[in-house]
Amino acid sequence: MTKSQKKELLSIIIGAILLAAAVIVTKTVLKGPTWAVLLIFLVPYLWLGYKVLFDAVHGLVSGSFMDENFLMSVASIGALCIGEHTEAVLVMLLYCIGEFLEELAIGRSRSSIAALTDIRPDRANLEKNGEIIETDCENVHIGDIILVRAGERIPLDGIVIEGSSGLNTSALTGESLPRDVTVGDEVLSGCINISGTLRIKTVKEACDSTASRILELIEGASANKSKSEGFITKFAKWYTPAVIVIVILLAVIPPLFFNQSWSDWVYNALNILVISCPCALVISVPLTFFGGIGAASRKGILVKGSNYLETLSKCSTMVFDKTGTLTKGTFKIKRINAVGVSEEELLTLTAACERFSTHPLAHSILAYCGNRELPELSGNEELAGLGVRGTIDGHVICCGNIRLMEKIGVDCEECCEAGTAVYTSCDGKYIGYILIADEIKEDAAEGISRLQDKQSVRSVMLSGDRKLIAEETAEKLGISEVHYELLPEDKVKYMEDILADRSKNPVVAYVGDGINDAPVLARADVGIAMGGLGSDAAIEAADIVIMDDSIRKLPLAVGIAKQTVKIANENIAFALAVKFAVFILAAFGMSKMWMAILADVGVCLIAVLNSLRAMNSVNK
Amino acid sequence: MKKTYKMTELDCANCAAKMEDKIKKLEGVNSVSVNFATAKITIDASDEGFDAVIEQAKAICRKIHRSTEIVTD
Repeated sequence: MTKSQKKELLSIIIGAILLAAAVIVTKTVLKGPTWAVLLIFLVPYLWLGYKVLFDAVHGLVSGSFMDENFLMSVASIGALCIGEHTEAVLVMLLYCIGEFLEELAIGRSRSSIAALTDIRPDRANLEKNGEIIETDCENVHIGDIILVRAGERIPLDGIVIEGSSGLNTSALTGESLPRDVTVGDEVLSGCINISGTLRIKTVKEACDSTASRILELIEGASANKSKSEGFITKFAKWYTPAVIVIVILLAVIPPLFFNQSWSDWVYNALNILVISCPCALVISVPLTFFGGIGAASRKGILVKGSNYLETLSKCSTMVFDKTGTLTKGTFKIKRINAVGVSEEELLTLTAACERFSTHPLAHSILAYCGNRELPELSGNEELAGLGVRGTIDGHVICCGNIRLMEKIGVDCEECCEAGTAVYTSCDGKYIGYILIADEIKEDAAEGISRLQDKQSVRSVMLSGDRKLIAEETAEKLGISEVHYELLPEDKVKYMEDILADRSKNPVVAYVGDGINDAPVLARADVGIAMGGLGSDAAIEAADIVIMDDSIRKLPLAVGIAKQTVKIANENIAFALAVKFAVFILAAFGMSKMWMAILADVGVCLIAVLNSLRAMNSVNK
Repeated sequence: MKKTYKMTELDCANCAAKMEDKIKKLEGVNSVSVNFATAKITIDASDEGFDAVIEQAKAICRKIHRSTEIVTD
């Protein structure tokens, strides 16, 4: 509690004591005329309510009347006028308590949000003329040297020039496993340096560094308002005037036309005025959404607006790009099938022959061989679109695709597994093939099955690859619908077909790497880019960015979205239900004013506290 | 120029929306967003007259909610 909050609490307690004193005095000692009783009750009333009254007048003068202060002032002054002194003071007392608790709750929410998004340090240790000075990040420029000690957060993007350490990247990726860095490695701001001291040469200004960009995205996310938030804003605009009209009608019609008592019906009308405050809605719903966005960012999921969170919560179909999204996009040797020679021989011969080739497959084979010593190659020749030919120890070696084997008249068995096979012949005799394939991400199958089982999201795969590869990948991942051999423009067309079938796919998300599929990302109801860490293109193109490469984050993201929307809806339903109930009671004269106040501030408080759950939704 | 400032005592979301609406209509303002959850305001306005815009924005906030201030330093 801050100092001013403590003072407020004290003033509320004094007000309560003054009210109790006033009640006792007027009930026992002084049973004087009405004006004397009024005077006594004015003491606690003004003590508690002067600020509210003042704000109400201020609002009236500046033209933005009909806010909470106005409602409370009218209600309590009305109660004083009809002789309900205790009620009038109670209104002020409960309102002050409510406001006080609300402020505490909002403060708590805000500090939790701030803690969630606190990934950017304000200060950096700048090295200048051999001295280390601590300064604001804005004073550090590109090319400056900064020092990051163990336990500190890296303030600006840069390259390590001295030292090595483990980095905790969880603020950016949600991944808690440390990443080792050493001299020459690029490091991103927002990561925590765990062990050693690092000297870093900055490559970006503070405002362009990763942490700043992410923070800007998260904080700017509230500008893209969700439908529920939009609803609340519109609602609040029409709501207060409508309430005023109902209140006036209720106060005037029964006494005028049905010969009822004025004071009873003015009292009932005032009750309605009190419960009509829409604060529970207008405060809790934005807090809920922001809590959800904050929670997601903690897990390395950047959501660029409340609206995207809302759309994601309804997601029925997720369309995946294959290469680089479901698979690693790097090619590895899957199997070595030697015929008449040992696997080792086949590998070294193929690798030696491919040594000078620029083909990506050649790189994979050479990478697999590592530092292994390879035989000398002489007279090598690239056969475009087919493979390579070379001489090793006097033997003519040919490596390439099946067409090369056909062309040079070598009999060979065709490999029918998914992947790309490199066939090798030695002096015109077939000696085997090496199968190279893209690897499926370790957690992809788990992520897809969780999407299906826990979030009931159907998966569809689009791929530019051949039928065999695409189908095998889909089968391994448990994806039933797969479209293959697609050019980039075909992907957009398929996306549109999927979008057109709204009965089957009400809300469609597209998951890609954001590099070559920006048009598809933009076309989907919600575009999700994978591996956004350090990639501006992905962050630019997508609505939601998964910072690391993990498919498991997708069901998590949908889970957070659902939880957030559920909490927002709970708040809306709860607030409206309670208000409506008290409204009906008041309209029939069965409610007391203190009940109305409790209904108003109590609901608001519960709603704000409930919104805190959105922030914790990831821990379940 | 685009700048973000903290705000004090922004405890009514309705007021935040009103402030956003009013400041948006000021001369030279390209965009403005009041984030209720973080109690921050981001103003994007033309460079010349930026300070004047901030002063006007401050006045608007004070007018809508007496104790809400934009913290500029």
